[in-house]
Amino acid sequence: MTNAKVNAPGEKSNVSVKIHQFKKKSQFKAVWMRFKKNRLGMFGLIVFLLMITVVLGADLYLDYENQAIAQQLSVRFKPPSAEHLLGTDQFGRDVFARVVYGGRISMFVGMATIVVSLTAGAIIGSCAAYYGGKVDNILMRIMDVFLAIPNILMAITLVAALGSSIFNLILAMGISQIPRMSRIVRSSVLSVIGQEYIEAAKACGTGDVRIIFRHILPNAMGPILVQVTQTVARSIITISSLSFIGLGISEPTPEWGSMLSEAKSQLRYYPYLAVAPGIAIVMTVMSLTLVGDGLRDALDPRLKN
Amino acid sequence: MAENLIEIKDLHVIYRTDDDEIYALNGVNLNVETGKTLGLVGETGAGKTTTALSIMGLLPDRVGFVKGGEINFEGKNLLKFSEAEMRLLRGNDISMIFQDPMTSLNPIHTVGEQIAEVLKLHYPELSKNDLEARVGEMLEMVGIPADRKGEYPHQFSGGMKQRIIIAIALACNPKLLLADEPTTALDVTIQAQVLKLMSELKERLNTSMILITHDLGVVAQICDSVAVMYAGEVIEYGTVEDIFEGRRHHPYTVGLFGSIPDMTKKTDRLNPIEGLMPDPTSLPPGCRFAERCPHCMEICSKASPDMVIKDTHQIKCHRFTIQAKNLE
Amino acid sequence: MVKYIIKRLFLIIPVILGVSFIIFSIMNLTPGDPAIMILGEGAKPEQYAALREQMGLNDPFFIRYLRYVLDAVKGDFGKSYRTNIPVLQEIATRLPYTLKLAVSSELIAIFFGLPIGVLSAVKQYTKTDNIALGTSLLLTSMPSFWFAMMLILLFSLKLRLLPSLGIDTWKHYILPAIATSSSTLASLIRMTRSTMLEVIRQDYIRTARAKGAPERKVVFGHALRNALLPVVTIIGVNFGISLGGAIVIEQVFAIPGLGQLMVNSIRAKDTPMVVAAVLFAAIIASIINLIVDIFYTYIDPRLKSQYTTIKAKKVTS
Repeated sequence: MTNAKVNAPGEKSNVSVKIHQFKKKSQFKAVWMRFKKNRLGMFGLIVFLLMITVVLGADLYLDYENQAIAQQLSVRFKPPSAEHLLGTDQFGRDVFARVVYGGRISMFVGMATIVVSLTAGAIIGSCAAYYGGKVDNILMRIMDVFLAIPNILMAITLVAALGSSIFNLILAMGISQIPRMSRIVRSSVLSVIGQEYIEAAKACGTGDVRIIFRHILPNAMGPILVQVTQTVARSIITISSLSFIGLGISEPTPEWGSMLSEAKSQLRYYPYLAVAPGIAIVMTVMSLTLVGDGLRDALDPRLKN
Repeated sequence: MAENLIEIKDLHVIYRTDDDEIYALNGVNLNVETGKTLGLVGETGAGKTTTALSIMGLLPDRVGFVKGGEINFEGKNLLKFSEAEMRLLRGNDISMIFQDPMTSLNPIHTVGEQIAEVLKLHYPELSKNDLEARVGEMLEMVGIPADRKGEYPHQFSGGMKQRIIIAIALACNPKLLLADEPTTALDVTIQAQVLKLMSELKERLNTSMILITHDLGVVAQICDSVAVMYAGEVIEYGTVEDIFEGRRHHPYTVGLFGSIPDMTKKTDRLNPIEGLMPDPTSLPPGCRFAERCPHCMEICSKASPDMVIKDTHQIKCHRFTIQAKNLE
Repeated sequence: MVKYIIKRLFLIIPVILGVSFIIFSIMNLTPGDPAIMILGEGAKPEQYAALREQMGLNDPFFIRYLRYVLDAVKGDFGKSYRTNIPVLQEIATRLPYTLKLAVSSELIAIFFGLPIGVLSAVKQYTKTDNIALGTSLLLTSMPSFWFAMMLILLFSLKLRLLPSLGIDTWKHYILPAIATSSSTLASLIRMTRSTMLEVIRQDYIRTARAKGAPERKVVFGHALRNALLPVVTIIGVNFGISLGGAIVIEQVFAIPGLGQLMVNSIRAKDTPMVVAAVLFAAIIASIINLIVDIFYTYIDPRLKSQYTTIKAKKVTS
């Protein structure tokens, strides 16, 4: 049920004026206003931004070499204390420092991966959507074959072939995400192209370039952005999984997954080592997921229930 | 003197959302006699569907509430019925069909199963054979070959789907059929067929009907009496002759008739009624039509008019109150 | 319907071939000399050359690929660079464990995910709904191996209820299966909830109520069957994810399955083993997906009627 505002008799309708004003107000602002109302989404955004700040500013209050890397066997396995907020691991390294620096790696890899997959995926997807026909068919069939390989297996295979340097890891994970991203870009662009307002714009004589930039891209970006948050979240889990099984970031660089792998062997006597990195992953992924969900709800103009 | 099958007295219904209260029905009064058809006309938002849903007890959960009044069906107040008692009535004594046939049938059950369901719900003692027979009978009655009962809804056209829905509604031989714009979603040619079918069945089974529509042509064809609704009230009520041939009408009714484009006359513009229906969350005091009424008087914005009754014709308008007084 | 099944089976062959090509290419186009791997560092150059010749490594890439496919169809997937044992033998020993784990995790996800999703939808906006959604969010945000470690902490180490290593009894499967099921469970809860919510708003549900059907019948007889249709396809697609998840979880519980084999082979640069292991996993995932797809076509009357001739169905069946 919506509220209908009624004009008093005799008052001329100023609906036409209102439409013009609405157009000027950018779409992004409208989406942002709706997003702000979503409490979970805002919560996720705040948590995520906080985590980024903590992680990026690490050097200001932590010492990478001394705390995260250097081994001090005299202080092994210390439980959480004032000096070591989350305790020390089996090499005497400060767990808190390792978690924070590990966050840097995870977030960096997560975002770098999406750059790779989104760029390639966007090119493939929009070509398929734009040219349609045979091009679309061939491209999508190829993507289907890639999609038949479960995501993590694809990443594992690529890592097996390319090796475990950070660059190659980003490449491997990025490539494994390309098929999915290209499908999403393709369907997003297709759905926008199929809308009647595009036809209407063409019928008014709007040029192609203007159509692409003013109509297609802004409307297609939304769903793509939602997928981006979800993909970054998934990447963080994937990179930690790869590191966990020994195929990812190698020692002594701190990474949440490899920290958990070490913690597993100490699980019986020093269980606290397994808690912090895991919670860090959960917090990162959860906040990203909430942002993605909030964004999706903000983009969808349908009223809920 | 024919008996009233159903009488609605002073019905008030609101919809409550997070932000607002919407006054959907504000004192609706209606009667339908046994075997007769009442046409319920009005713009979208006038409260026609809400009235029908209130009779069925199908107002949306947690959102729609009856705030007052009575709905007397065969002398008993439906508003006092428990949910279990209402369920016994639904599909059995009172049936309802809705506007869009394309989506009103469950896609994963055969049409035969869907007709059988309403029979099984109310006549569980029916044997399998009797059930099969009755399903076939109903299909034939609405003009669909009985051996198609094993097919699924997507295998039928829109008009045929609506006929299946009519079959479901009439399977238990209800006393009252509520039809909410049953032909609006159909092609014009199919519309005629479906209306003819409904009219025949109604005669044959002596079913009373409340037909909700905004199409005055349909009303003229098959209704016996007409109620015109506006902003949750019945503002004019009478037999078909009263409404179509009578000389005096509520200004809104005049506007409705006047807004029908006449193919024989040459005009430059359409004749809509100026303005919009009042905001249902904050209704104005006095006559709800006052803002848009070309005959609006001072009293109209202050006091709500009474129903002026002359034989079978009722009009809710101050003009006629005053006229009636002058005649006394 | 049979014709449709056969057609789909044929169509999957190019997909499988494509997958094999991709995996073979990736593994074989990257640097690394198998001859050195097998003979070790100390052999003479002629020995390396002879071995390479014998293994056919000097042939052009496409010939090697074709040879691989033709051999594979006969059941010969090559020999491990490490142990010289036929690859298929090793895989055959280990694959069942991984499959059992993946299947049992899917079953857990279905068994718990569907009812929770339905309940969540029917009780929308209540505490139950919020708890279900919160649980689903938590499950997606946790890496499954961390979930596994927490489960071990609680059930093995603290409560001493369940074993944490190996795979000897059925009890050994419980924690691994629960851990592996986490992502599919979360997806199913969310998906079932959303399809139920959508279906309950449909007009035909209103029709069912107007017939006088009790709410229980409306939910289970009408809404549920319609809502579960899209969920079925998710189950098919997610099997591949479950398989991938199983492979990681094996490391946590020391399960001698395909995952362990893969990881060890990758470290040892045992190319034939890696190729075959990944290939098998991918093929199985595709086949399961196909089976579920066919099943879906069978249960949705709108699709089924496109592929079969409908016989007049009796109403009361």
